[in-house]
Amino acid sequence: MEPKPIDLLLDCFRKMLLIRRFEETLSDLFERGALGGTSHFCIGQEACAVGVISAAADTDYIVSNHRGHGHLLARGLDPVRVFGELMGRTIGYCGGRGGSQHMCAMDHSFLGTNGITGGGIPVATGAAFALKYRKESRLVLAFFGDGAANQGTFHESLNIASLWKLPVLYVCENNRYGMSVPVSASTSCLPIAKRAAAYSMRGVTADGMDLLAVRRVAAECIAHVRSGAGPVLLELETYRFCGHSKNDPRVYRSREEEARWAERDCIVLLGKRLREEFGISPDRLESIRTEVDAEVEQAVAEAQAAPSGDDRCALGGVYA
Amino acid sequence: MPELPDPTHETYYSAAVNEALDEELARDPAVVLLGEDIGVYGGAFGVTRGLFQKYGPERLWETPISENSVVGMAVGAATLGLRPVVEIMFMDFIALTLDQILNSAGKLHYMYNGQVTVPMVLRTPGGAKGGYGPSHSQMLTNLLVGIPGIKVVAPATPAAAKALLKSAIRDPNPVVFIENKRLYPRRGPVSGPDFVQPLECAEIAAPGSDLTLIAYSAMVPLALEVKKGFAAEGGADIEVVDLVSLQPLDTDTVFESVRRTGRVLIVEEACRTGGVGAEVAARIAAECLDVLEAPVLRVAAADTPIPSSMDLEKIVLPGIPDIVRGVHELMAW
Repeated sequence: MEPKPIDLLLDCFRKMLLIRRFEETLSDLFERGALGGTSHFCIGQEACAVGVISAAADTDYIVSNHRGHGHLLARGLDPVRVFGELMGRTIGYCGGRGGSQHMCAMDHSFLGTNGITGGGIPVATGAAFALKYRKESRLVLAFFGDGAANQGTFHESLNIASLWKLPVLYVCENNRYGMSVPVSASTSCLPIAKRAAAYSMRGVTADGMDLLAVRRVAAECIAHVRSGAGPVLLELETYRFCGHSKNDPRVYRSREEEARWAERDCIVLLGKRLREEFGISPDRLESIRTEVDAEVEQAVAEAQAAPSGDDRCALGGVYA
Repeated sequence: MPELPDPTHETYYSAAVNEALDEELARDPAVVLLGEDIGVYGGAFGVTRGLFQKYGPERLWETPISENSVVGMAVGAATLGLRPVVEIMFMDFIALTLDQILNSAGKLHYMYNGQVTVPMVLRTPGGAKGGYGPSHSQMLTNLLVGIPGIKVVAPATPAAAKALLKSAIRDPNPVVFIENKRLYPRRGPVSGPDFVQPLECAEIAAPGSDLTLIAYSAMVPLALEVKKGFAAEGGADIEVVDLVSLQPLDTDTVFESVRRTGRVLIVEEACRTGGVGAEVAARIAAECLDVLEAPVLRVAAADTPIPSSMDLEKIVLPGIPDIVRGVHELMAW
């Protein structure tokens, strides 16, 4: 039986909170020196991941980028195993080999995050090619940022996907900065969705801070792609509230600009609508928050207690 | 030459590659071909000739000139169970695809902890053929052998080209299959549709006892000619080892030969610095020092781009006189 629309929205709210709390906790772990390497947080962009992924089928494939924790959690991966991967534990989805930017969960049709900006776009396009070749009704969601839209792979892949009518939804999360460079200084054609016209493809821009808008527009795009009419480029206007990665002092933008975007926090906006338009009580929303906080705390503890990999995990499995 | 089991006929190297593609397309519906001009035109060197007419646009996908994304697409399609075979028209153009070879094809199986495999083949003709110039002539094996997770093979004969390409297509790993423009018109016996050859094995192309001459791709016929020359004059008895597989290296076969002869000359069409020859020499030095009667020597292309003029090209590339000189130097030690 289909879940009631309000239950779906509450689940979206819960997932957005989960992503936010996950990322905040991760940031704390980095600050305490508990983790090596780096991570790219998606705090502020949660509605993009949750909105699009909740509008797709669970069997639709996802290819994501370096900023992929939101996509992983929105797809329903186990936070214990995602934390475990970031901590290099054997329980991690890739046994510690992949880490933040290279995480895959084929049992969730999650074809992987990818640490090369724009590197996942042709992989997603090829996956869509395989689906079309086998006449499957599934499609591929390809997530990337505004920075990747200036890579050759973006242009090459969109051109081919359009020519061959491949079942792929390109989701560009335009968070306004490629690391430190504002999109206005890197991109000659804005909005980015306009570039779809160059490839005879439908291009749509939507408010990435409004979960309901993202869901609605994503559902339309997905229906178009699934009908066999070809790919769509969906641009979601959003903002990362944090730096590009850990240790980013954000010298390239003002605190005033950040405050303006914080007023449009996707979680706050959705909470308000759930209360005002759907009659959900503040207590209910607060209890979801409490549950999520406890879940994340428990996940970190479980992941930390798990063992790290051994020589075989480090040195084996280069070839299939 | 080692005996070919059940040779059914004789054909050109390029036609042997074509036969392998044809037979694997017929055998496995997951096999698809991607590349520029591989359709009605039959490929820049005619290798896919006739296949488009036989299998149609459902199996042969002519791509725009977008090498990096086409290789990336092959990776993505392979992770979902297809067996794409990509043709890159000239080996120099793999520079455009290196991100996807290095960061996707070679890494996905490992970094995703075995959840996906990448059974794809990238076919490309390397090497100089006389006058193609700096961007259409290089043998870029140096770039490939440092990439973990991919296999690299460079067959020298029509028989090996056919049998190895069939193995490469059936292999669960990404394989870079290096053809050679100079080898395309060479003829030799080939086997029927059932014969495949393991990817990781070097071959003793011709036995001998005084000196091991190690080569791959278009240098193998040159090495065999040099062997013949010395034999005719009653000179050194040369054993020619065809590496065949450049990644991984079949060092067992190499060491065994070196232990018999005690002298080693490595010849390759790639630049001298940092390549297959250097790697083979280093491994021989580490494992066979006790039997070496002379230093391990190399004959390779100069560390220059390949010039367009055919006269200049000859100066840069290794030729028979260079190999002969190397043999004399080693035998005089």
